[in-house]
Amino acid sequence: MKKTSCEKKSSGFKNWFVDAGRDLRKNKSIYLLMVPGILFYIVFCYAPMYGVLMGFVDYSPARGILGSEWVGLKYFKEFFGGMYAWRVIRNTLVINLYSLIFVFPMGIILALMMNELRSMKFKKTIQTTTYLPHFISLVVVCGMVVDFTSSSGLITNIVNAITGKNYTNLLYEVDMYRGIYIVSSAWKNFGWNSIIYMAALSGIDMELYEAAQIDGAGKWKQLLHITIPGILPTVVTMFILQIGQMMTIGHEQTILLYNPVVYEKADVISSFVYRYGLENAQFSYSTAVGLFNSLVNVILVFAANKLSKKVTGSGIF
Amino acid sequence: MIKRSLGERVFNVVNIILLIILSLVTLYPFLYVVFASFSNPLEFIKHDGALLSPTGFSLAAYQKVFEKSEIWIGYGNTIFYVVAGTLISMILTITLGYGLSKKDLKFSKPIMLMVFITMYFGGGLLPTYMVVRNLDLLDTRWAILLPTAINTFNLIIMKTAFQGVPESVEEAAIIDGASGIRLLVSIVLPLVKPTIAVLVLYYASSMWNSWFQAAIYLRDNTLYPLQMYLRDILITNEQTDMMQGTDSAERQALSSVIKYATIMVSIVPMLFVYPFLQKYFAKGVMVGAVKG
Repeated sequence: MKKTSCEKKSSGFKNWFVDAGRDLRKNKSIYLLMVPGILFYIVFCYAPMYGVLMGFVDYSPARGILGSEWVGLKYFKEFFGGMYAWRVIRNTLVINLYSLIFVFPMGIILALMMNELRSMKFKKTIQTTTYLPHFISLVVVCGMVVDFTSSSGLITNIVNAITGKNYTNLLYEVDMYRGIYIVSSAWKNFGWNSIIYMAALSGIDMELYEAAQIDGAGKWKQLLHITIPGILPTVVTMFILQIGQMMTIGHEQTILLYNPVVYEKADVISSFVYRYGLENAQFSYSTAVGLFNSLVNVILVFAANKLSKKVTGSGIF
Repeated sequence: MIKRSLGERVFNVVNIILLIILSLVTLYPFLYVVFASFSNPLEFIKHDGALLSPTGFSLAAYQKVFEKSEIWIGYGNTIFYVVAGTLISMILTITLGYGLSKKDLKFSKPIMLMVFITMYFGGGLLPTYMVVRNLDLLDTRWAILLPTAINTFNLIIMKTAFQGVPESVEEAAIIDGASGIRLLVSIVLPLVKPTIAVLVLYYASSMWNSWFQAAIYLRDNTLYPLQMYLRDILITNEQTDMMQGTDSAERQALSSVIKYATIMVSIVPMLFVYPFLQKYFAKGVMVGAVKG
């Protein structure tokens, strides 16, 4: 079957159209079904891609993209020459790095701990409780965080008791913000993150453990020589995926938690794009910054994928 | 009976204790919210630190929340968005996913590529906003329903499920005279029911939780979903209208307790359905991971 498509290629352009027409007619009903979905992608994904040209013109909504004056890289230069470029890039990277160091291993450790449980009922209970925060909306989670860290809030009281200081509102403390951000996202996601490792663990051949026991290997040796190697490919893949997202931080949690007092350590690229584009209506500037971020992300994802293929033999695409 | 060494038994006990502590830490914020929401406002505000039971007992906060019409407007809107949005999303995901699963279609590969690219590159916040604006969708319910209608991950899960349907099944149906949409609805869809169930859950829950679309596309707050009202109450602290007719000390006390009652009212439905749905969600993660 494969060969025929190669043969067709050589017989030229015209034949291709004939073939395509025949294909469209033959599968008309299936293609018709696909039309709404394709329209969705054109309108809400590809039209915005054309919209990135806003970053290269002095955009005014009245004149449209083509009617506005072309300014080339002016807004990119403005961003990199300005005082905020380094701040938002640094914050994005640092918060991601913290999350890689503190949040990423939690799912793995939780899965390993649950894997040692023999009572299925107990395991189910632990799973149900640790997955729970994942199902609470971000607004409510952040609402709870805002409340607990406000003056005389639960966490503020605890922190004051431990440090002996007298904080009133932790979210207004520049040095506290990142910690609060990381802890709240860890709380929301660590249980859920363990699922993928639980699956990898259940895929390990039980006979390996039996053989190890016969050979006299204790729990620790089994962990070191069977369990860890068994989930390592999954861990590596997830790790590389995270690396591919080093320059991405969702704006939602940031917008819900931050405030001007802590911008210095809290403001990330996506929240910056949101604030300048939608709150200050600097359309072209904000689009340029957003485009820079998307391009870096694409490069990182491709690099991560290549790395993944090299290390584990399989990539994400 | 397998003999276990002392070390192993110690390990098991420590492991179990740590897991219990971990679950308690995870659960405690919820318990605190429950206790605080039932507390007597004036006693609660004097209280410092952790709660192990409500301080006093009062339903005043709940009374205020239930009187507040915005919560119910929000609930109504959210239910509409969840039902309509999930329906639209599922129709688009199924119809496009079905076509993409057909390898013999000449255009399925290019279309798949077109879909695939959007997973890694997009126009970004502002250009998308401009598209919605130019389509005159700002301040309409469509702005919530349409721009995120297809989730590409979900589409790929759907496509993979369709690919798992044996070709012979469809061929047999074609011989029997079924074609197009009838073939899809009556023959193919029943075979991918589990995937459809998972995707319905995914779309419904992401719509239930969504607030950002509303924050940027809607000005008219009668269209707000529940999450937007929650944001106003919990994060930007706009609850003045609930407080009319109370003196200031009481007002302050009440306002902190009202927040907890509001959280309760918004998460209780989820807490009830969650234990039953959890395993389907988890299954979805696995399906996504295999392909993703």
